[in-house]
Amino acid sequence: MSVVFYLLAALTVAGGLAAVMLKNTVHCALALTVAFAGLALFFLDLDAQFAGFAQILVYIGAVAILVVFAILLTKGSETPKDGVYSRNWLAGLAIAAGVFAVLGWAVLQSARVLPGPGGTPTATPEVTVKEIGNALMGRYVLPLEIVALLLTAALIGAVIVAMHEKEGAK
Amino acid sequence: MMGHATPLTGFLLVAALLFSIGLAGALTRRNAILVLIGIELMLNAANLNLIAFWRYGPHPEALTGMMFAIFSIAVAAAEAAVGLGLVISIHRHAHTTDLDAMNRMRG
Repeated sequence: MSVVFYLLAALTVAGGLAAVMLKNTVHCALALTVAFAGLALFFLDLDAQFAGFAQILVYIGAVAILVVFAILLTKGSETPKDGVYSRNWLAGLAIAAGVFAVLGWAVLQSARVLPGPGGTPTATPEVTVKEIGNALMGRYVLPLEIVALLLTAALIGAVIVAMHEKEGAK
Repeated sequence: MMGHATPLTGFLLVAALLFSIGLAGALTRRNAILVLIGIELMLNAANLNLIAFWRYGPHPEALTGMMFAIFSIAVAAAEAAVGLGLVISIHRHAHTTDLDAMNRMRG
């Protein structure tokens, strides 16, 4: 466990906590960006450069901006009078704590059989963008095409769903 | 951290914590956009798991975990676009994004 890991873990978890706990919705979106950046740095720390930069481009560059647009379009930055938490927040918190307890227990129980014994990872994989491109065009070409179709459908669907209806069309 | 912990254990614990934070946000917040933010955090935690297993697995040169994470990022982006479009559409009909106030199916 290196210092970098603990710093990144603290940054990411703090960003995630702030993203779901702050009162002002715009602040939540900004904290979400911090959490995304922390995860991108985690990916870079794990030698997954392509995934790290894809994370920065897609999440910080697109999803966070989309969230900010949605907040502004729905006037969501106004704090509601009767609190930001749902009526049955205690049950939700209990479920989340239970899920974390189960996941953490499972991870710690399986620590002995996980790969990478003794804290030494396997040799640093030399993954170039060229190899990723070859894999995407070779073995993973069908999933790539399906993702392209999915993104097109999502784009059209999102525009149709959010498009302003004409008055009297209902 | 435990004495026998490998780096992979640390990454998995961070991912589990982030997943739980996202789940708590999705279950406890009133604003629909904040629920979507929680879901995004959960998806990202899953991506961290995929990348960590790819890095510490026996065959990182096969790129399987990395490809899974890249496709997951693409699917999550589509999910965010459609989800936020739905929130905007609901706001136009119901003039609120408060999930506790949305208690009927009829528009």
